[in-house]
Amino acid sequence: MIETPSAPQPGRRPPEQREVRVVSARSSLTHRFAELWRTRELLVHLTRTDVKVKYKNSALGLLWSMVSPLMQLGIFWLVFGFILKNGYPHFVVFLFAGLIAWNFFSGALNTSTGIIVERAGIVKKVAFPREILALSTVGAQIFYFMMQAIAMAVILVVLQSSPDWGIVWLLVPAIAAVLVLASAFSVLLSALNVKLRDMRHLIEVAMQLWFWLTPIVYPYEKLAPHLHGLSWLYLSNPMTPIVMTFERVLYPHVAVTSTNPPLNPPTILPVLPTWSPATYAELDCIILAAGVVLLLFAVWVFGRLEGNFAEEL
Amino acid sequence: MGVPAVEVQQVSKHFRLNSERHSSLKDRIIHPGRSTYSDLTALQDVDFAVGAGETVGIIGRNGSGKSTLLKCICGVLQPTTGRVLVRGSLAGLLELGAGFQIELSGRDNIYLNGSMLGLSRKEVDRAFDAIVDFSELGQFIDTQVKFYSSGMYVRLGFAIAVNVDPDVLVIDEVLAVGDERFQAKCLDRIRTFQEEGRTILFVSHAADQIRAICDRVIVLDSGRMLTDASPGEAVRVFRESLGGAPAADELGAPNRQLRASRNVEILGVDVVGGARVHTGDALRLRIGLRTKEPVAAGVVLEIHTLNGELLVRTDPDDVQSQVEIPGGECVVTLDVDSFDVLDGAYQVNVGIVGHHGTTIYDWRECATSIEVIYEGRAAGTLAIVPKVAVEPRPWY
Repeated sequence: MIETPSAPQPGRRPPEQREVRVVSARSSLTHRFAELWRTRELLVHLTRTDVKVKYKNSALGLLWSMVSPLMQLGIFWLVFGFILKNGYPHFVVFLFAGLIAWNFFSGALNTSTGIIVERAGIVKKVAFPREILALSTVGAQIFYFMMQAIAMAVILVVLQSSPDWGIVWLLVPAIAAVLVLASAFSVLLSALNVKLRDMRHLIEVAMQLWFWLTPIVYPYEKLAPHLHGLSWLYLSNPMTPIVMTFERVLYPHVAVTSTNPPLNPPTILPVLPTWSPATYAELDCIILAAGVVLLLFAVWVFGRLEGNFAEEL
Repeated sequence: MGVPAVEVQQVSKHFRLNSERHSSLKDRIIHPGRSTYSDLTALQDVDFAVGAGETVGIIGRNGSGKSTLLKCICGVLQPTTGRVLVRGSLAGLLELGAGFQIELSGRDNIYLNGSMLGLSRKEVDRAFDAIVDFSELGQFIDTQVKFYSSGMYVRLGFAIAVNVDPDVLVIDEVLAVGDERFQAKCLDRIRTFQEEGRTILFVSHAADQIRAICDRVIVLDSGRMLTDASPGEAVRVFRESLGGAPAADELGAPNRQLRASRNVEILGVDVVGGARVHTGDALRLRIGLRTKEPVAAGVVLEIHTLNGELLVRTDPDDVQSQVEIPGGECVVTLDVDSFDVLDGAYQVNVGIVGHHGTTIYDWRECATSIEVIYEGRAAGTLAIVPKVAVEPRPWY
């Protein structure tokens, strides 16, 4: 078996021209992002696999991805709209507008936190940018988000409630913001969870608290009078403006007339602050910018911790 | 050597072994800074380069850092200090079928695994038929991988890795799996890779495989490079590191002495011209003896491999084993015309025994050891290596 290197195969570059890859303890942020971009196809594959595997052997398949959010929606509507009779017309639309944004965010965080530990098998054996694992859970949430958007469309048609078409473009910065924010948290938490395994449980609890700190099942204006000087603190929850943008677009009323006159006289119920669309856009863009910074930080932290993954797992 | 395809530059890797894991938040809070750990050096200043088109083997005992080194080269682990440069695409076979999603079909897994190895969808499309063909899965390609037998699983894993068209292929002991025919097929594919001028890094315990495939071999021991040499020489160094004890410089160190009579004493045993010989060389052993009075005895020579496998034990009652030992000191020589064993270290025991084995005058275990160097690639113990010739004539 004496080596006789033949002429390079057609289509294969001679060694001098091949790309050089460096493996060392530290890699720069730009290098990390370049690697992520290079392996973007793997991200698509992993995302698809994630979704496919989850509903693989079930008869209803992908429909299950709608069951849980619709159930949640039904319960909240039953409790707040029907039992407590808060009097908001089409309250289910208001609820779903907030939930759809929230589910994306919380779904991503809840699944991504444990992902590196769950996929220890490939993390220890295959080389690829590990951030992709966290990002693939966000990718899967994009898919579920779209499924829920379809359900939302059906509800809107059935109830003959139309979104505020004039400001529907506001959803673009809002979706961008929640996407970047969810990605940043996912990357950060998935790496931290390798070192501190109970991060996962912590996140589960934190997400419940966070849910109630975000105006999803109650309109912001209901709470605003009680906030006194603390509204800045409440609004610094990055999910608040995002959720409010969704509600503003899909539930196009800043105030509504109560709809259960047999019990109370018709009253005006405030829903959302009378901000201009530009204010919403501005808030979303601020969160988007903060999200980008957080994402850079998360990838940096991830890079610092990544070296120890294979030994901590 | 041309342009190096892989350069390992002063790579060290330290692992932190937590003796008590404080990996939960609670533990961190309760015991701030009290995590007890010890450092383990898995690799220490490993430095070598692999030229494009070379096949380099890495051997070492368990825990010598072989896999850690491969992982650093593949990028699964990052070295603590130093760095690795890889020129061109690399496919790492650290474990066959790593990254398979058992819920998905073989077909989906080919695409998933292909993209993990850095292929685009189009490239996988192109290689798809070759992969299915090589894996011999045929109709099962659309079956979920969880229903595959372990053999099918491994075949698919290997088929993907060798069909992704890498410039550098890294293989970690994966050839130990699969049936013999498939192993032969894999080796065959590796040969094709070599002919195509690709670079291969190959880890194995099996000295035979290493000798058969590699151009050069690196021996690791406790994370350090012992040597970077030709396969024959490297396998010798490896065997020596395995055996530990019977090295040439411990010549005659008495390990265990059986002595039934005080009349004869073995003073020492050595190999004339040094304990390092080449296959087929003449071998002469000398035994130094001291006796009180003349005695007629037989000389027993035992040669073992380091695994304790007996190569030969001479019989003291053979005419050629018998000697008349004069009183006082003397030297007995044992001549072997042609020492036809393959490379490795061998252990020599020597005994002086009375007729019919009734008395053991003196016996020396591990009297000396012989290291044999074989330049060729044959595997096994005995140097029965034919010269091959062709005669153009009919069979009978």
